[in-house]
Amino acid sequence: MSAVYKFKPYNVGRWVIWSLFALVLIAAPLVFTSNLSTTMLAQMGIAIIACLSYNMLLGQGGMLSFGHAVYTGLGSYMAIHALNAISGGKLNIPVSLLPIIGGVAGMGFAILLGYVTTRKSGTPFAMITMGVAELVFAMSLMFSEFFGGEAGVSGNRVAGETFFGITYGPQIQVYYLIAAYTFVCVALMFAFTQTPLGRILNAVRDNPERVEFVGYNTQMVRYIAFIVAGFFAGVSGGLAALNFEIVTSEVVSAHRSGAYLLFTFLGGATFFFGPILGGVLMVLAFVLLSELTKAWLLYLGLVFLFMVMYAPGGVSSLIMMNLRVASFGFLRRFWASYLALAGTAFVILAGAGAMIEMVYHLQLNAALGDELRYMGATLHAKGLNSWVGAIFVMLTGLGLFELTRRVFLQDWSDVQVDIEKEIKRREAL
Amino acid sequence: MNSVASNAINQSGEGQKSMNNVVEAGCALELRDLRKSFGKTEIIRGANLAVKAGERVGIIGPNGAGKSTLFNLISGRFEPTSGDVLLNGHRINGKKPFEINRLGLSRSFQITNIFPKLSVFENLRCGVLWSLGYKYSFWHFLADLDDANDRAEALMDQIHLHKKRDVLAMNLTYAEQRALEIGITIAGGANVILLDEPTAGMSKSETKRFIELIREVTVGKTLLTVEHDMGVVFGLADKIAVVVYGEVIAFDTPEAVRANARVQEAYLGSVLADAQAAGH
Repeated sequence: MSAVYKFKPYNVGRWVIWSLFALVLIAAPLVFTSNLSTTMLAQMGIAIIACLSYNMLLGQGGMLSFGHAVYTGLGSYMAIHALNAISGGKLNIPVSLLPIIGGVAGMGFAILLGYVTTRKSGTPFAMITMGVAELVFAMSLMFSEFFGGEAGVSGNRVAGETFFGITYGPQIQVYYLIAAYTFVCVALMFAFTQTPLGRILNAVRDNPERVEFVGYNTQMVRYIAFIVAGFFAGVSGGLAALNFEIVTSEVVSAHRSGAYLLFTFLGGATFFFGPILGGVLMVLAFVLLSELTKAWLLYLGLVFLFMVMYAPGGVSSLIMMNLRVASFGFLRRFWASYLALAGTAFVILAGAGAMIEMVYHLQLNAALGDELRYMGATLHAKGLNSWVGAIFVMLTGLGLFELTRRVFLQDWSDVQVDIEKEIKRREAL
Repeated sequence: MNSVASNAINQSGEGQKSMNNVVEAGCALELRDLRKSFGKTEIIRGANLAVKAGERVGIIGPNGAGKSTLFNLISGRFEPTSGDVLLNGHRINGKKPFEINRLGLSRSFQITNIFPKLSVFENLRCGVLWSLGYKYSFWHFLADLDDANDRAEALMDQIHLHKKRDVLAMNLTYAEQRALEIGITIAGGANVILLDEPTAGMSKSETKRFIELIREVTVGKTLLTVEHDMGVVFGLADKIAVVVYGEVIAFDTPEAVRANARVQEAYLGSVLADAQAAGH
């Protein structure tokens, strides 16, 4: 029976998705035309490549790395030094190829440092990556020749011979360079998941011992995957160097490594496209959320916390679960629940946010008095009424949220049962 | 001299089923005075065994006799304290599991050991990739590897899981997972197969069907299996090895083992009497 099933279907869906992706990359700066949005879009491309390369380790290989910024960061440094060499006339390559130099650097350091790191898996792996990250960060403060000390290393991307009048002076030209690299890197990283090594990497994640008994050296599998991830991380770092024209030791810091972990997880490590969402969220959070409130890291931490607890598959898994429900035509049943959940969650946030903002106000803006504007209301950070009100709002929200959550969970499990029935029915046909 | 040897090889290549009658020069698997200690406790105490190519050997023995440890020593999970393991005449003790697997030995596990988050098809495909020479390739697309895909499909038919092709391994029933375990074990085409209690935890009827399956998929291969169900062992095996206190105290045909006084004394006595009374 299976021998007859031999033809390879022309995967239309896949073509549509990739064309759409290319279209979004091309059209995005035409839709969002402000300077800020072009900058953000460029950063998103960089973050997408970095998060996807990180997910090669986390999601596909089960390797929890706390030091991925080492490879993006060192890629950045090599790229900026190469850029300066081009400006100085010592190196004669087009600026467009700088990200490749970053990639080769990332790969080189992954070959070197990854050999030690990937000898272990699980917790020891995580520990070693952390150690390596600390080591490199410490070195960045010691060797100021290479790392540029406190000020970092800056460069000028308008260098070397121009190509068809592309100078990379205007941000939009840099954006399109980043977009091109993003598309190619995403495609290559997706292709990697469809290769023998990519699949065995999943097997190593699931059950390393068994992999040893089907002929594979798990250490070697992890090592090669680590090197490939290092390459793409370096490309992302090289693009960042071109985009910002300055590289400081912050790029190899534990902070940066943590951000890759956090946003890859938020986007979702189980699906290939999860880290793409993660990269977008990362830039939104770093640029917009940090504008909105000084307490943005606290909010981010809370979001991360709730995600780990209630949706460990990240945003992408939430999307996929709802798509599954939608494909069976049951999504209608949830509109009311989702509205109620969002509404009550907003009430909690309003209450909790009021308290957080008041605390921050007392800490940071004490000189301005205790008054602050919050969601159109005036709060008194030292006033009893404001605090009691905030607590009341939050508790009300919590109670209502819990009620709607229970109703929703019941609905959800009912629908899952219905879907199972539907599958059985279709199988029987 | 030479022609006699090559003749024997030819015969063994052609007539797998009459393997018992073929005089073989070498052994598929040989243990020589194998020993293993954990701390001061010696678990395997000088085991000797010589299994000819194509033989089906059942390994029996009381709980804690060291049957699983023996498998772990042979397959490279543990390193022997002393003594030798020879696979097709090559020493393999001290080698890593993946090296031993590449030399043509494959094993299954007592506790189901599969890739839970991959589909049945992907599980089997992972099992065949190395043996087809794809190694660590990231320059082939899996979808284009016709030989690997065909082999995985064929294996799926062999273990009767083709209806579950795209089901994640963790969502299979227990018996299906055990079948998948066997599938992964034979996927690489190894000549020597070790099965560690393949029917553990199965019902009587499942066991019966499963033994048939094992018989089908291991035709022409050297098989060693640890088994608790005496009916199963005597039905499946050409030869029985009895392991007691880390030693192989008897290795012979089922009939001879039944009659062996030392075996009866050490272990089988009551069990065997029961089995015979039950009509085996």
